[in-house]
Amino acid sequence: MSSDATFLSLVVFLPALGALLLAFFPKDKPEAIKLTSLAVTIAVFALTIWMAIPAGEGAGDTAKFAIGTAELQNAFSLDWIPSFNIYYFFGVDGISFTLLLLTSFTSMIAMGAAWPITKHVKAYCILFLLLETGMLGVFLALDFFLFYVFWEVMLLPMYFLIGVWGGPRREYAAIKFFLYTLLGSVLMLIAILMLYFSSDVRKLTPDQLKNTYVVSKTLSVTEQDVAVKKIQSAADPVHTFNIMALAQLGQHTDQFDGEVLFGKSIQWWAFILLFIGFAVKVPSVPLHTWLPDAHVEAPTPISMILAGVLLKMGGYGIIRICYPICPDAGYDLAWFVCSVGVFSMVYGAFAALAQKDFKRLVAYSSVSHMGYVVLGIGVWSMSAANGYNPDYMSQGWNGAMFQMLAHGISSAGMFFMVGVVYDRVHHRNLDEFGGLFARMPIYSGMAYAVFFAGLGLPGLCGFIGEVFVTLSAWNFSKLLAIISAAVVVLTAAYILWTLQRVYLGAEYKGPHGDHLHDMDTREILLAAPLVALAIFFGVFPNTIFKYLTPSVDASVENLAVWTETVKAPRLAEVRKLEAAPSDVPKAAAAIVVPPVAQLTAQ
Amino acid sequence: MNDTLFTLIGSYKKETLDSLQAFMPELILSATIVLMLLVRMPSWGRKLNSFYVALPGVVLALLASAPWIHLQATASEACPLMGKPFFDGMLMFDELTVFFRSVLLLFALLFLVFTKLSGIPDREDSPDFYTLVLGGTIGMCIMASANHLLAVFLGVEMASVPSYALAGILKGRRTAGEAALKYAVYGAGAAGVMLYGISLLAGALGSVHIPTMVAQLAAFTPDQLADRQVVLMSGGLMLGVGLAFKLSAVPFHFWAPDVFEGACAEVGAFLSVASKAAALALLIRVAIGFSHTPAEVIPKAPALTLVSATAVAAAPDHADDHASVAPASPLVATRKFIAGFIALLAAVTCTFGNLAAYGQTNIKRLLAYSTIAHAGYMMMPVAAAVALVGRGDSAGAEKAISAVAFYVVTYLFMNLGAFACVAFLRNTLRTEEIADYSGLIKRSPGIVILFSAILLSLVGLPPLAGFTGKFMAFAALTNAQLWTLLVIGGVNTAISLFYYLRVVKVMTLDPESETRLPVNFSLLSSEGVFLSLVTLPVFVLGVWFDPLNRWALAAAERFLTP
Repeated sequence: MSSDATFLSLVVFLPALGALLLAFFPKDKPEAIKLTSLAVTIAVFALTIWMAIPAGEGAGDTAKFAIGTAELQNAFSLDWIPSFNIYYFFGVDGISFTLLLLTSFTSMIAMGAAWPITKHVKAYCILFLLLETGMLGVFLALDFFLFYVFWEVMLLPMYFLIGVWGGPRREYAAIKFFLYTLLGSVLMLIAILMLYFSSDVRKLTPDQLKNTYVVSKTLSVTEQDVAVKKIQSAADPVHTFNIMALAQLGQHTDQFDGEVLFGKSIQWWAFILLFIGFAVKVPSVPLHTWLPDAHVEAPTPISMILAGVLLKMGGYGIIRICYPICPDAGYDLAWFVCSVGVFSMVYGAFAALAQKDFKRLVAYSSVSHMGYVVLGIGVWSMSAANGYNPDYMSQGWNGAMFQMLAHGISSAGMFFMVGVVYDRVHHRNLDEFGGLFARMPIYSGMAYAVFFAGLGLPGLCGFIGEVFVTLSAWNFSKLLAIISAAVVVLTAAYILWTLQRVYLGAEYKGPHGDHLHDMDTREILLAAPLVALAIFFGVFPNTIFKYLTPSVDASVENLAVWTETVKAPRLAEVRKLEAAPSDVPKAAAAIVVPPVAQLTAQ
Repeated sequence: MNDTLFTLIGSYKKETLDSLQAFMPELILSATIVLMLLVRMPSWGRKLNSFYVALPGVVLALLASAPWIHLQATASEACPLMGKPFFDGMLMFDELTVFFRSVLLLFALLFLVFTKLSGIPDREDSPDFYTLVLGGTIGMCIMASANHLLAVFLGVEMASVPSYALAGILKGRRTAGEAALKYAVYGAGAAGVMLYGISLLAGALGSVHIPTMVAQLAAFTPDQLADRQVVLMSGGLMLGVGLAFKLSAVPFHFWAPDVFEGACAEVGAFLSVASKAAALALLIRVAIGFSHTPAEVIPKAPALTLVSATAVAAAPDHADDHASVAPASPLVATRKFIAGFIALLAAVTCTFGNLAAYGQTNIKRLLAYSTIAHAGYMMMPVAAAVALVGRGDSAGAEKAISAVAFYVVTYLFMNLGAFACVAFLRNTLRTEEIADYSGLIKRSPGIVILFSAILLSLVGLPPLAGFTGKFMAFAALTNAQLWTLLVIGGVNTAISLFYYLRVVKVMTLDPESETRLPVNFSLLSSEGVFLSLVTLPVFVLGVWFDPLNRWALAAAERFLTP
């Protein structure tokens, strides 16, 4: 095991080890159990922060994240199930690393927010830590099988966390969440298997094999060459679950272009199936209906995790898996993806306007905000007209990534703020609030900052992502850009209206008014980082972008090269056939696949 | 003259001895049965629980089966008998035989320990019970190695008849008696239909030795085939009825819920695991046996990636499109028929089993429908294997067969564990109603966690064994491009969540039942240790299944390409 392997495995499995340790704790020591869990989440956060801090001069750079590098870092690939080409393959790049940081941060804050929980504390903490392992693993795993395992591992803890510690309709919400996600992931499994059986890594160049870790870099140079020879001289196709290798195959070979059903190619179907699986998680309308239920019924810390991290996995999956592996489908379905995004934005915003329940409103605002992410990812604006300029699309992707991180902070913050007031007055009815500013000034001030960040006020973190996405959409479709810009007005409407109904007004007249005291130290300690980050990232977005941009730009650049060298000739071919005399059967167009450009790796 | 005679006798003697050697595990089981019955004669023997005779017998049989030797990469050189038929072609001794025989014997071993711990049968009943179990196991081993339709029939009957008696082993209980009677009547009907089917096939093909029959079938001219088509198809369908009965495939499943509910949980475990494993092995033997002959060369169809735009491969009946370019062999039609039949049966069985499980309130009935659904999942790769044979992809077909073998092992631990939980809970709670499990986690968290893990593994959630089994099965379907079946399997997985999770929910989330007897179950008792040991593979095979996958691959590696 290389040191990278040890370090990244430690990051992922430390919470699980913590959960194992907790199993031996006596049940009647809830405080000790909570403190231990908090310590574990802090330790994980410390490890990821340590990775993020640039290495000093001359210091060993093991496990450090190198800023400005686009390629995979700290990656390693070990044999897991060699008889099925399944590897224990972890690695980070800018895209996954920023989300990894978000996960460890949100988990830590959410664990802190779990102090009011008094029921079955031990079980809660064990499940929470298992959930954290699953979340961290999803962002680090680069083997499709491993990714799927982590993806599914989260479901069960989440089911119980909602089902046991949730609100009145918790069981309904929990099973609904479970069922939706499971259906999505079964479709994903089908896509994974389709891609696996159509892949053949023999077609990759030695450099590609090494860069994608199909041939492990932990081997010596001569061993690597032997391994490459062995793969390339194999008699039967060598399939792979390696996400990086699948992306290379998707962009540089025609292996996923074979027809499957109804005249559509393997990658078209794989894209659709994967997109549905991820869209459930994002969630995009019309697959979003689990979210309001789950968010509302879940206890505050779990709502924070749901909104702060789980939704991001959908966006991450689309960026990491859908587009690089199935570029052809991504190109053809760009309008579909963008429309789904815009529709979610509009629908979520209108639905939020109509809510009477404070938490439900925040939940629908998540639907709306995550719509920006889908729109930003979908804007495939490289075309012959602009000389295959990747800048617009990379702006969209950067915006989508930033939006995910910003939403991770602001939505976790909003749910926390809702939780704080719910703990005091035990209701969330928007019409019965009012006048909280006078009773809880510190709380209200912080809440204002967080809600304004969600609104997308310039100078706060929500602004950057929305602007980037809207700008990039302008180059794709002016109509969609105008609609998405108009959604900002709706967002402002529901957030300002909410702030007015909850915090302004003369005095609080709802139930349990005498319990309204300001935030205690623990709550301030939890809210402060959220507020600080919401402001900090709004003022210095570059602190995130410098980690993020190289990898995002490189991914988009690959897609631009693909559009120019593979897709453009194909489109020209189709146009030629359509223009040709009518005796040429149109169906033949699909058969012609232009010679595949053999490109060097990345 | 004398020389010839002696040579003949010599060769027969050698063949018989070889055959007996290949048949050693079954012989050991037979000897154990005889010993069990003899031990009863003296008065001291009557005080002895037959468990102590049966256990060493099964262990010896497992040692004789020796999968760790035969499933090595170099095994075929080491063992001259490997890959050859024995007893004059009645049975087949190959890696698949070894694999399934070992699985059956492993199950028998675990099952013996399980019944000893759960207390059914008592000392009085034990010789009857264990004789029936071991006798049934011998029949199942024959099913797994059958190469001849008479051996098929013999095996099915030898496995079924003890099962009828086992279903009614709890004497004096109406439901048990009803279950046994229902099972026997159903079984007798199915056996009759199957025998009639076999005789039809024998009449049309002039033999009941499967390789001879296939060779004959392949040699038919289109006219000859057209003449016999009706007889062949009805014969095949009737043979299918017999197999479907053993697999409890819809619409021949009606016995299963009643028998599982009426019989004790121990017998349920035996029927749902061992019987199913043997029936699947037999299904592989018959389905693959009738769909290829070593002489036939099928042009290898292009792989998934290179399928041209004109050739749409959508459903099982398209599987042979590529082969149809070659002069159409009668086997092309046969394969289409077999693959379509199994695929349809699998899809219906799986969907029906899952839907019917929703409304169940009795845990054994629920597990019966779960068994039916899983039979559907496990039949899917067999359809894939036949389709892959038709595409000329022998290696792919062998992988599909290995997926069944893999699934059976994961299924063994899941279902044995599930029924063990039910039996142990019955012993302390005196009930088998799901509602009576409510809030059990507060009293006995250990068994609830294990039971929940087993149930979620039955759903197919990673990182549990049920997921890897399903993953293998779905992989085979993808490779065979049986998209419809794949989607049906996938959607079924999602909807099966509901009823398995309902049991978990009742045990964990619901408030405790007030009328229930006190729970008395500790993980540190011998029952608890046994349950933990059976559940352990459910976890281990979910994250580390490389060795088992290698064994399963070895089991099928030379099945089509000797």
